[in-house]
Amino acid sequence: MNNNDVTSQDSTNGHHAGRGGLFWFLGTYVFARDHKIIGLQFLFSTLIWMIVGGLLALAVRWQLAWPWSNMPIFGALLFSAEGGQISPEFYNVLFTMHATIMIFFVVIPILAGAFGNYLIPLMVGARDMAFPTLNMMSYWLLWPAFGCMIASMWVPGTGPSAGWTSYPPLSVLFGEAQGLWLLGLIFSGIASMMGAINYITTIIQMRAPGMTLLRMPMTVWGMLITSILQAFALPVLTAALLMLLSDRMFDTSFFLAEGLETPAGTRLAGGGEPLLWQHLFWFYSHPAVYIMILPAMGMVSDILSCFCRKPVFGYRPMVFSMCAIAGMGFIVWGHHMFISGMNYYLSVSFLISTMLIALPSGIKVFNWLATIWGGKIEFSAAMLFALGFVSMFIIGGLSGVVMAVPPIDIMIHDTYYIVAHFHYVLFGSSIFGVFAAIYFWFPKMFGRTMNEGLGKLHFLISFIAVNCTFFPMHFLGARGFPRRYADPYVVEEFRDLLPLNQFITYAAIAMAAAQVLFFLNFFGSLFFGKRTTENPWHANSLEWSVPSPPPHGNFDFQPIVYRGPYEYSVPDRDEDHWPQWVE
Amino acid sequence: MAAFNIWPLQGLWLPDNYSETGRTIDHLWTLLHTICAVIFLVTGIVLAWALWRAGTGLNKATYFTHNTRLEIIWSIIPGGILVFIAIYQMQSWNENKLLHPKELVNGVSVSRPPLVRVVARRFSWEFHYPGSDEKLETIDDLYFENEMVLPYGEDVVLQLESRDVIHSFFVPKLRVKQDIIPGHAQMIWFQATQEAEVALVCAELCGWGHYAMQGRIKFVSRAEFDSWLTKQMELKSLSQKGSAASKGGLVQTSLETVSINESGQ
Repeated sequence: MNNNDVTSQDSTNGHHAGRGGLFWFLGTYVFARDHKIIGLQFLFSTLIWMIVGGLLALAVRWQLAWPWSNMPIFGALLFSAEGGQISPEFYNVLFTMHATIMIFFVVIPILAGAFGNYLIPLMVGARDMAFPTLNMMSYWLLWPAFGCMIASMWVPGTGPSAGWTSYPPLSVLFGEAQGLWLLGLIFSGIASMMGAINYITTIIQMRAPGMTLLRMPMTVWGMLITSILQAFALPVLTAALLMLLSDRMFDTSFFLAEGLETPAGTRLAGGGEPLLWQHLFWFYSHPAVYIMILPAMGMVSDILSCFCRKPVFGYRPMVFSMCAIAGMGFIVWGHHMFISGMNYYLSVSFLISTMLIALPSGIKVFNWLATIWGGKIEFSAAMLFALGFVSMFIIGGLSGVVMAVPPIDIMIHDTYYIVAHFHYVLFGSSIFGVFAAIYFWFPKMFGRTMNEGLGKLHFLISFIAVNCTFFPMHFLGARGFPRRYADPYVVEEFRDLLPLNQFITYAAIAMAAAQVLFFLNFFGSLFFGKRTTENPWHANSLEWSVPSPPPHGNFDFQPIVYRGPYEYSVPDRDEDHWPQWVE
Repeated sequence: MAAFNIWPLQGLWLPDNYSETGRTIDHLWTLLHTICAVIFLVTGIVLAWALWRAGTGLNKATYFTHNTRLEIIWSIIPGGILVFIAIYQMQSWNENKLLHPKELVNGVSVSRPPLVRVVARRFSWEFHYPGSDEKLETIDDLYFENEMVLPYGEDVVLQLESRDVIHSFFVPKLRVKQDIIPGHAQMIWFQATQEAEVALVCAELCGWGHYAMQGRIKFVSRAEFDSWLTKQMELKSLSQKGSAASKGGLVQTSLETVSINESGQ
């Protein structure tokens, strides 16, 4: 395709300007334009932010298990003014920032930013991304975004505490820090849009000869569809964020009705509509749900296929389901608003589109099961996490169907049932998919393998702890236990749920402990892992044809693609894999 | 669902239901979770079996890439189940949110007017009852905070309003939830089946005191309700006379008078 351009990019990339010196270092490792370095920058940053987000979640769990009691270590550090207790204001900051960081700074950038960047050019056979400078900027814009977020937590009074959904009028009329929070989100949105444009262009324009669209690995399909979703949905969120910021800063009334009581007295101006925000927000944030799962689905499909030594079952239905999920993802946002006061007849149409979108998700699950069926399975750490992904996605998907029914939402909207559902999908599925991908592509990234034994232990503890943490939350939700309560036990009806909450907190602590194993394994293997060859898993896709780690420019010569990426165990062949690049 | 009567799951399912329309929600809840449990078991068994077989030492994986007939089967069956659910739930949604209760006035069927006007504000609930003029939003309205008395055995319509941010009127034991958007007046309805006292909580984040924004709703018979309301009106006019023009406006009374009223009968 457009591979002629690649050489010209290369010469401007700084890598050939001679090694050594500050500018060389900055150009190569800091403001790098090589997609692999940028991918690793995303990976390391998001892993660090994952620790921050995880600690915030533990603080939330602490408060729910032992309300108003002093938190060990962190309590004294963070809340010395309150004598080590979490204040109700700060509790709201905790869950708001947990969600914000995990969604916008961990799951989205680790999938699209880290793995998208690292894998797309390697998998489609390109020497780099289409727009290396844009790529570099998309990473570096995340830092002002993260800076705004962290700074907003230390604004005097209280940090951003309107939840990650930031519903007005609460997010406009209260909380000094919300402006910084909005600014941070705008930055991260622009960063994602830059990435999305880049990925789409690269995948469409820079595929190697022979790499037809239907020969692309599922990972690339997941990334492509995610990028399309981001490119079309994020502008809407960005516009809405600017409107909300304008309501805060310039006293406009996009989202404010007239006559609201505010701390400064009754606000006479108005005429806006709080529901408008919810429509605009969910118009982005529902596709965002798929942005946070489709790349993981793609990567898991590849990993399952490789460790079962079998082709992905039903490649075309898998691709079409992904396209269907992406297309219909734009018309289901209203199922977040069944009891918001939106027209109730509208709920029925959103119910039907939601039921429709459950179908391709189901088809994907069945195809994964058929992929596993009859395979010669190697239970590596990556494979275990991929299997974990499939089983957790079944639970998260089923509770999703329950929640799609409007009358059920009357009972469970804004309760822990919802919390259980999206943690099954986001942690049980997306993050498990990320772990699988890290174990799988770590050898490619660093030329060393991670410790398999530690990896399996990490999986075992995580799998048990995730289920012990999130499954009981369904029961909390069934009782009507509301989300975002600093102290639910002030309500007589919820007092008997305290022991269950304590159990969940113990499980959450075990889960955090398992992640310590992972970080030890990850950073230890960087330096002491066993050295590996270019294709340790005997996989088929193009990234395994180059040395580990791949050199700048990826391919020594133009790769040519002869077949799809899933030709494992082909009958009448001695080798059980048949790589894409072998004639 | 009998498993949920057994320790340690006891009390971890839906709470008691005191509402007529809530029954349809509970029915759907049980049905959907049964379907989900079946699908979960089937997929779980398939997955476990596939993994078990893989452990029995195959030389080479079986090579197959697709099967259109299977794809069609597992699209149509779940599709059918989903369409069934979509259609089956409509009646419940109608009863809960679309069919405003009617009543006969002079032989004409009209929408039942709200019995109480509920005003949410950070972090309390205000309940306004019509005074002797039987109309809401007039000067003689009675006003209570965080405690509401309602009759059971009949359709009750409430008008919900918010003064500041979005709140949500959530009564788990009535299977009632409705977000209250400032600038909108929202109507909800239910029919309680028995004498009960239930918790009312706020289900939409409204600020630091969100968790503390709770009220109690007490259901009494129509006769008790009427005599309680009359008593409150008398109390209000008494206190208004007592404090002359110095106070005026809204007078807050307490739910405790209900028990006085009950013992008086």
